[in-house]
Amino acid sequence: MKIAIPVDEKTLESKVCVSFGRTPYFLIYDVETKDSIFIDNSAAASTGGAGIKAAQIMVDNKADVLLTPRLGENAADVLKPAEIKICKTITGSAKDNIDAFIAGKLSLLDEIHAGFHGHGGN
Amino acid sequence: MRIAVLSGKGGTGKTLISVNLAAAAKTATYIDCDVEEPNGHLFFKPEGVQVEEISVKIPKVDHELCNGCRKCVDFCNFNALAYIKNKLIVFDDVCHSCGGCILVCPERALTEKAKVIGKIKKGVSGEVAVWTGVLNTGEATGIPIIKKLLEESSEVNKQTFIDCPPGSACIVMESIKDADYCILVAEPTLFGVHNLGMVYELVKLFNRPFGVMLNKCLDEENPAEKFCFENNIKILGRIPFDNELGTLNSNAEIAVNRNEKYRELFSSLLNKVTKEVQHETTTNP
Repeated sequence: MKIAIPVDEKTLESKVCVSFGRTPYFLIYDVETKDSIFIDNSAAASTGGAGIKAAQIMVDNKADVLLTPRLGENAADVLKPAEIKICKTITGSAKDNIDAFIAGKLSLLDEIHAGFHGHGGN
Repeated sequence: MRIAVLSGKGGTGKTLISVNLAAAAKTATYIDCDVEEPNGHLFFKPEGVQVEEISVKIPKVDHELCNGCRKCVDFCNFNALAYIKNKLIVFDDVCHSCGGCILVCPERALTEKAKVIGKIKKGVSGEVAVWTGVLNTGEATGIPIIKKLLEESSEVNKQTFIDCPPGSACIVMESIKDADYCILVAEPTLFGVHNLGMVYELVKLFNRPFGVMLNKCLDEENPAEKFCFENNIKILGRIPFDNELGTLNSNAEIAVNRNEKYRELFSSLLNKVTKEVQHETTTNP
């Protein structure tokens, strides 16, 4: 199982990035092999639709779970049909969140915001 | 003659000036290009309003023909397309209608479909034709609405006053690009100078003849006026920071129709601008 987390820096001790779509990096952690890889988020500098592109990156990297503090509507519309589970992060490092997820301590993210650009929603 | 009225920020007096100029001109077309929040109609209260919907083209997917090459996904600068579980998804609200995805699709799996983004309302108020562009909330851009408004107005040979959106972005560029003259409205503050600077750069870039109207003038130092002196910019006139004018305006009254002194103020501005345009056409035909 692969866990994806938006992170500010390329370390397991990094804080979780507050933004999913415009995070500089994603950590992809493989629970079976315990391998961590860090990928650059090519969506970060997008003119628009960063959440959609970042979600596409999740799908293409075959993430099973995404741990994120929040998520926009468009990104959720990509992740849901891809059957990627979305959990809400807690305070702490990326590593803390992986451990918490494995221990079953993270709840599903149920608040999807309407995005920041007036798209969708209202 | 097409006069565009613009400013670097909202609330500077674009609508006040363009509405009153159109009213002072008597036979005129007033075009509200501030499609995100048009308010000129509140003053004119036009009658016999005809409404026309404006739509743009967005992609429609034929899932039978799509082979998942993702050329469209990679092409889209706005990330309006995603390919998930062997299925192409289009995000209508994110699409900017460039049509590029349709061009790059080797399988011809993408075709155009219309999506309504807003409307144009045309009515009459006395001898002034009042045209208003309205963009639906949440749409990416009002440019198609502005294009349509200005295209149709070019077929009408009347004095036209274009009430521009605030700022200096694409929608403003679209609004001024065929204008014969631009009136830049400025407030007497440092912030006002910053905003005046933005539209000043813009009209220079578009090589439009222009002048500045100083609004909300007090008896003290006016930083916007200073900016005009320093940059050798023509000052067309000054509107006082005036309780009576403010009251008329906030009651959605057209000042030139209510008080002779305002009629004089805006008629003199209109004369000045008309002369400027004539001068421009003789010197730069």
